[in-house]
Amino acid sequence: MEPFTTLTAIAAPMPMQNIDTDKVIPARFLKTIKRSGLGVHLFDALRYDKDGKERPEFVLNQEPYRNAQIIVAHENFGCGSSREHAPWALLDFGIRCVIAPDFGDIFFNNSFKNGILPVRLPRAVCDVLIEDAKLGGNARITVDLAGQVVVRPNGQEIHFEIDPFRKHLLLNGLDDIGQTLQHTPKIDTYEAARRQSQPWIPSTTAV
Amino acid sequence: MSTTRPRTLFDKIWDSHVVERLPDGTCILYIDRHLVHEVTSPQAFEGLRLAGRKLRRPDCTIAVADHNIPTVGSRVPRDIKEADSRIQVETLEKNVAEFGVPYIPILDVRQGIVHIVGPELGLSLPGMTIVCGDSHSSTHGALGALAFGIGTSEVEHVLATQTLLQQPAKNMRVEVTGKLGFGCSGKDVVLAIIGQITTAGGTGHVIEYTGEAIQALDMAGRMTVSNMSIEAGARAGLIAPDDTTFDWIKGREFAPKGAAWEQAVAYWRTLPSDAGATYDKSVTLSAGDIAPMVTWGTTPGAVVPVTGVVPDPSQVADEGVRSQMQRMLEYMALMPGQKLQDVPIDVVFIGSCTNGRIEDIRAAAAVAKGRKVAAGVQALVVPGSGLVKQQAEREGLDRILLEAGFEWRDPCCSMCLGMNPDKLTPGQRCASTSNRNFEGRQGPGGRTHLLSPAMAAAAAVTGRLADVRQLG
Repeated sequence: MEPFTTLTAIAAPMPMQNIDTDKVIPARFLKTIKRSGLGVHLFDALRYDKDGKERPEFVLNQEPYRNAQIIVAHENFGCGSSREHAPWALLDFGIRCVIAPDFGDIFFNNSFKNGILPVRLPRAVCDVLIEDAKLGGNARITVDLAGQVVVRPNGQEIHFEIDPFRKHLLLNGLDDIGQTLQHTPKIDTYEAARRQSQPWIPSTTAV
Repeated sequence: MSTTRPRTLFDKIWDSHVVERLPDGTCILYIDRHLVHEVTSPQAFEGLRLAGRKLRRPDCTIAVADHNIPTVGSRVPRDIKEADSRIQVETLEKNVAEFGVPYIPILDVRQGIVHIVGPELGLSLPGMTIVCGDSHSSTHGALGALAFGIGTSEVEHVLATQTLLQQPAKNMRVEVTGKLGFGCSGKDVVLAIIGQITTAGGTGHVIEYTGEAIQALDMAGRMTVSNMSIEAGARAGLIAPDDTTFDWIKGREFAPKGAAWEQAVAYWRTLPSDAGATYDKSVTLSAGDIAPMVTWGTTPGAVVPVTGVVPDPSQVADEGVRSQMQRMLEYMALMPGQKLQDVPIDVVFIGSCTNGRIEDIRAAAAVAKGRKVAAGVQALVVPGSGLVKQQAEREGLDRILLEAGFEWRDPCCSMCLGMNPDKLTPGQRCASTSNRNFEGRQGPGGRTHLLSPAMAAAAAVTGRLADVRQLG
């Protein structure tokens, strides 16, 4: 996973609530066995008409937002399905950070696993950043993970909260399976105790 | 943390599965059961392969293909016509063979939607932690298990370590008091809940459903309610296990037997929330106020009683909410003030992990019996598993439905999300027992109204959204 340190980039304003993961990447594009190549279908229904032509009114079809690496949106971004194809599609397009008042829980988790930073900020702050984002290419937003600040184009710094463990993994691009495997002896001990205390838990091997 | 503090059902399951608490509060949480399907697992197996990692606990893992499987014609993977669907199913079969994952083959009578199969076979039990790369894993919470959806990276994490790194969720209680009225089901209860608390109302929480109306539901109804917890933003739903739960589990293929059964039940009886346990958030609904519900928009919270009308965005003060409502009405081709009962439909879909159980098919057949599907309406019934289908056929429900003009299909996720050939065409309007009415969910441009199986059958025989209570 690519570490996330500091990102200074164009931000795409998406002032919509409930941008569900079916909107981010519709189900028919989930029939892939790879992680890459989904960027072309990101926001497919919003981005293309029924003939597959770009909808000029959609923000990511406009300059300079074709090169956006940040999205600023309204409440409940990434609600719905658990599909990790949503962060994969965002990442494949080039998005490394989504800023919104809140997120669907599973999407929020999935983002961290892919080097995408989801930033929770109050709605009023998101609205300010959306206005900044509307200024386009000359109004880049900086997201500094180590310092936990979003920096507006005018230099104003906005603090955000993040859980320290996730921050550590993301800053260093660490694989969390590797982290957990360091605790294997503890898992072994737990399993042995569990076999004693709850012996009825059925094995699937006879299926 | 004191162990004498009154704990919720969630607290108890959580505490008993913490392998280790890391300094910042993140927990290594042990996973008892991992359900795997073909859509969200290929990249996880690939990750294991690239890192040279093994599957830690094959005996805790079970795989079944459900999303891409055709519901008519040959179900053999090589006969799946769409190449990418076929590759996904074949990839699962290759991966389960390579990694030694117990697998229910497509032609096995027990194949079906993963969230129907787990409980049905007795592989999902109270007190367990259960995960799957699928947000409707919340279904299994109806048994009193902590069950939640995970992404593909987490699927890989569970395959490799049988654990997940998790932060504890907050506790939320949704109490439904009193008795449900005639014609109302678990589906109406959960739609009413989401309508009240909104699609983000449960975010960051696990919802425990309590109250007389929840306790009175059968297991199918409870699973419908818990299934849609994710539509309220909660990763998991929970219902305290009781005699209804135990009676339902007893005798299932993998359920504990003999002395192990007695030992298990004794433990399960300790799980319900303690008197005095506190919740971070509590909401109460009265079952008497719940009518058969229908969604009008493209989020499950956009829901009204079937006797209601499409709401008017101009009456809403918040600009964001208003513009979202306007967009939803445009997409759904509905007018403010329009009566839901006047809305004609093209397609009916009865099935999915939300409503694909035998009780759901019985409810649909009871309405269909002696009636005919309205002219021009296509009505699909897709049982949630091969065992559900077999049971329905034993009861003669297939004949009732076929005589009424419904199509009787083979088990799969089907038109819930249209990853197999069952999908809406642009502009088609569907009365659906599934869980999501998102734009394009059942096919690009398709319009979805979520409702109960009885209401879906009522829509099929009238050709419009209809109040099942008026059919008698």
